[in-house]
Amino acid sequence: MVPFDPASAIFGGVLIGAAATLLLWLNGRIAGVSSIFGDAFDAGGTERGWRVLFLVGLVVAPFLLAATGRVMPEPEMPHWLVVAIGGLLVGIGTRLSGGCTSGHGICGLARLSPRSLVATGVFMLTAVVVVAIVRHGIGG
Amino acid sequence: MKMLLGALLSGLIFGAGLVISGMTQPAKVLGFLDIFGVWDPTLAFVMGGALAVALPGFWLARGRERPLLAKQFRWPTRKDIDAPLVVGAVLFGIGWGLVGLCPGPAITNLATFMPQIFLFVVAMAVGMVALDAWQGGRQRR
Repeated sequence: MVPFDPASAIFGGVLIGAAATLLLWLNGRIAGVSSIFGDAFDAGGTERGWRVLFLVGLVVAPFLLAATGRVMPEPEMPHWLVVAIGGLLVGIGTRLSGGCTSGHGICGLARLSPRSLVATGVFMLTAVVVVAIVRHGIGG
Repeated sequence: MKMLLGALLSGLIFGAGLVISGMTQPAKVLGFLDIFGVWDPTLAFVMGGALAVALPGFWLARGRERPLLAKQFRWPTRKDIDAPLVVGAVLFGIGWGLVGLCPGPAITNLATFMPQIFLFVVAMAVGMVALDAWQGGRQRR
């Protein structure tokens, strides 16, 4: 297991909050990754380009960090069938509720939005229950 | 044109934050969600750090007429708590709890070129497109 590193967690979090604030100040847009990703397919005109560039930034960032000596660890992934089902559910769920951990969890809470507060509470609680069932059997 | 630069800069900083905070690692996310196991508080510190900046940052933006590089702010306007919000959050929570990846870290992890990451991102896109198609079909009826 990877050791808990509070300084990196807070610093990384500050960068995420700064990135969301920057996108709002510069572009006037919300840094919700599920919406940016989902709308990059069908949004036309000026609303597609910036979304694609934001996503490019997300993917390029690990390469820039690696050049400074901070290499992103490879993620541990479950069986491919679980990956496929999980991905589908994340896609459908974030589209239906209009946001994910960034859109609802960070930008929504930063706006003090009641919708985002409810969504964040519900997806956190649900995920806790799912992990309890998967790792410890039904009933925790 | 200028919006492209703003978005690229924001995406780069966002991605760097995800990597440095450890949130691109499903093990750390699942460790936070596993409150009955050896609990990993990382995600709470990440959220805390992010909100410490975004809360005042968003509040300051409220008072401005327009953003620096675009014509206008696009603030979300909905305030109602409806069934799709809750059902969607439940479905997202199940997927997040099964894999430990949400959309941001999944996309940043594309940099690893791992087939499982591509599978997850493609499945996510399929889910979104399928829901759009289903909802579009329902609206037409």
